[in-house]
Formats: sequence, structure tokens, C-alpha cells
Amino acid sequence: MRYLTDRKRAVGKGASGSGTEHFWWMTMSSVALAFLVPVFIFTFGSAIGGTQEEVVAHFARPFPAILTGLVTLVGMRHFAKGAQVMLEDYTAGSLRKGLVIFVYSLSYMITAIVLYALGKMVFIDTAAQMLNQ
Amino acid sequence: MVQFTLPKNSKIRVGKTWPRPEGAKNVRKFMIYRWDPDTGENPRVDSYFLDMDKCGPMILDALIKIKNEIDPTLTFRRSCREGICGSCAMNIDGINTLACIYGLDEVKGDVKIYPLPHMPVVKDLVPDLTHFYAQHASIMPFLQTATNQPEKEWRQSIEDRKKLDGLYECVMCASCSTSCPSYWWNSDRYLGPAALLHAYRWIVDSRDEATAERLDALEDPFKLYRCHTIMNCTKTCPKGLNPAKAIAEIKKLMVSRHV
Repeated sequence: MRYLTDRKRAVGKGASGSGTEHFWWMTMSSVALAFLVPVFIFTFGSAIGGTQEEVVAHFARPFPAILTGLVTLVGMRHFAKGAQVMLEDYTAGSLRKGLVIFVYSLSYMITAIVLYALGKMVFIDTAAQMLNQ
Repeated sequence: MVQFTLPKNSKIRVGKTWPRPEGAKNVRKFMIYRWDPDTGENPRVDSYFLDMDKCGPMILDALIKIKNEIDPTLTFRRSCREGICGSCAMNIDGINTLACIYGLDEVKGDVKIYPLPHMPVVKDLVPDLTHFYAQHASIMPFLQTATNQPEKEWRQSIEDRKKLDGLYECVMCASCSTSCPSYWWNSDRYLGPAALLHAYRWIVDSRDEATAERLDALEDPFKLYRCHTIMNCTKTCPKGLNPAKAIAEIKKLMVSRHV
């Protein structure tokens, strides 16, 4: 037990001077995702069930490719920041720090994998198909 | 941090059932949380029966009747009996409210009364509000000025005065803060709806000259941004105030400093 005054306990280490940027980014990305995700589901849905060539051709077009990239980038960043808030609510101490690092790493990894796959489809696979023809 | 189960020494057991009033036709059952720190026992819920034909219309009337006529050891705070002092805040039928302005007719069936949730209990229905008051003090709840002019009264336009309506009426009963899950989990760092409503009351006051310092003191992921707009505070406020809106207004002011 620490002998602190009530006031010192309430003030703690004071305000960190951050948080607004996080709040504003989450608000903006929520609005962006509200438009991006339905359009993405619609375009992604039209590619389901096709052959590999058809799917590659679908994602090689500028609109689906840019949309997929945007949804991944904004969505994963939104996920990481949102999960951080949730972890701050439900965990504490070293576990909190470890889980926040894990969630950020996971979001970066998923983003990298999706962007790599997208780049491969847009540039390499499309070029290979053109050469085969 | 979140706790999913009650600590062993907080688990509630069945308490004493007091006898029904003899000859009464209109009887109502009251189940009331009891805990005495001197006994070292776990809390219990005692059952009391009151003749409603001989009882006042409010929950506080019933509590006073129980204390006066049945069990003088029942402990609760009360003072003004008209919703101004905020002393008799407690959890009635699952809602944090003031016992003095909550009618018995608003509760269906048995009346269940507990202390304000997730606060240390001093005894029975009396919560320990030390930290809550210290948080309120930390937001500097008074007018701060840097200049010494004008020398007489500091005037305020009718429009600026209207901005304080819905804010200054808060009686610090703690019903809002103790209904907020974010405050339950992180009350060590999150200021809670009551303190933030008071903070906004001084931020928006046209006569106060410490707006920047006040906003600086709140810009923190925990002190302010732990509010997730759950809205329990607004739903439960016995004075009909809107702490969630006040917090949203502070967030808007914070954003306006950045964007």
C-alpha cells in the first residue's frame, strides 16, 4: 500500500497530451470504411466463383485493385487502433503492452500480405498471362 | 482493469427476513444490501416488509421508515429530501438514482436496493466517494482568471449564460460515473462523466480564462478518451442532464485545436 493523498492519486502522472489524434483518426477512418467496405464487398462478391484467370483479371483492373488496397490499409489501421483501445480497457501492465505490440504486428503483417498478393496479381500474373497469350 | 467475477469477500449471501407488519393489507417487500465492516462477514441482502398505506411515496421514505421502525442499524446517506444534495444516490431496481426523488410507484414488484455499483462500500448503502471527489477537485471546479479587469463584476451575455444550462445543475451524486463501465474498469485514470461534465461547465464559461490549461489537462487517452459513448451516464442521471454530450463537446474542442 502506498501512502498517497487523494488528490495525488486522482491526478496520477497528469495528462499525456495525446489521444485527440487517435480519436480523430478513428472517426475519419470509420466514415471512410462505411463507404469503402460495402463497395468492396460488392466488387469482391462479383469475383467469387470465377477461375483463377478471371479473378486475376478482376483484380488487375484499377478500381478493384485500388479499392482492395485502400480497404486493407485503412481497415487494418482501424483494427489495430480499435483493438488497442479494447486491450487498454480489459488488460493491464506488461500483458497490455505485449498484446498491443502483437495486434499492431498482426495488422502490419496482414497489410503486407494483402498488398504483396495484390501487387503480384496486378503486375506479375497479368504480365505472365499476357506473355502466354 | 476489468474484473469478471466478484472477489470472494464481496459475494452476496441471503440475509435476514424481517417479520411482516401485522394487520397490513397493502404490503411491499424491500430487499436491501447490507454490509458491516466490523463483523468481517460477506455482504447479505435483508428482506423487509412495509405497510404501504402508512409509508410516504418515495424510496427514501421507505428507507427512513425501515430505519425508524424496523432496523435502526440500516445505514444510508440522506439530507435534503428534494434532489438537491445528491446524498441519497443508490442503485434502486437496477438504476442508479436518488432515493428521495424516485417514486415507489416507479418500481414494479419487490424493491431491490444496493449501493452505487463498483465503488468501495463504507457500510450498507454508503459508498466511499473519496476518489470521486478528488477527481472532481482535480479539474479545478472554480472560475480561473489571469487578468484583473474588470475590477467589479464579470458580466456575461444571456447567450453565454445559456451555455451553462444543463451543466451547472449537477449535484455530484455519482450516479452517472458509477453507471459507466469505462469508469468501473479504469476509474484510477479515467475522470468519469461527472468530473468531465463539470470540466466542460468551466471550459464553456465565458468568464473563465483558463480554457487552454483546462483542455491541456484533459488531453489524455485515459482521462478523457476512455469515454466510449456508452450513454449510461445520460440514461441514469436523476437530474436529467447529459454528461455524454458534455464529453462529446470537449472532444470537439480538442479536435478543433488540432484540425
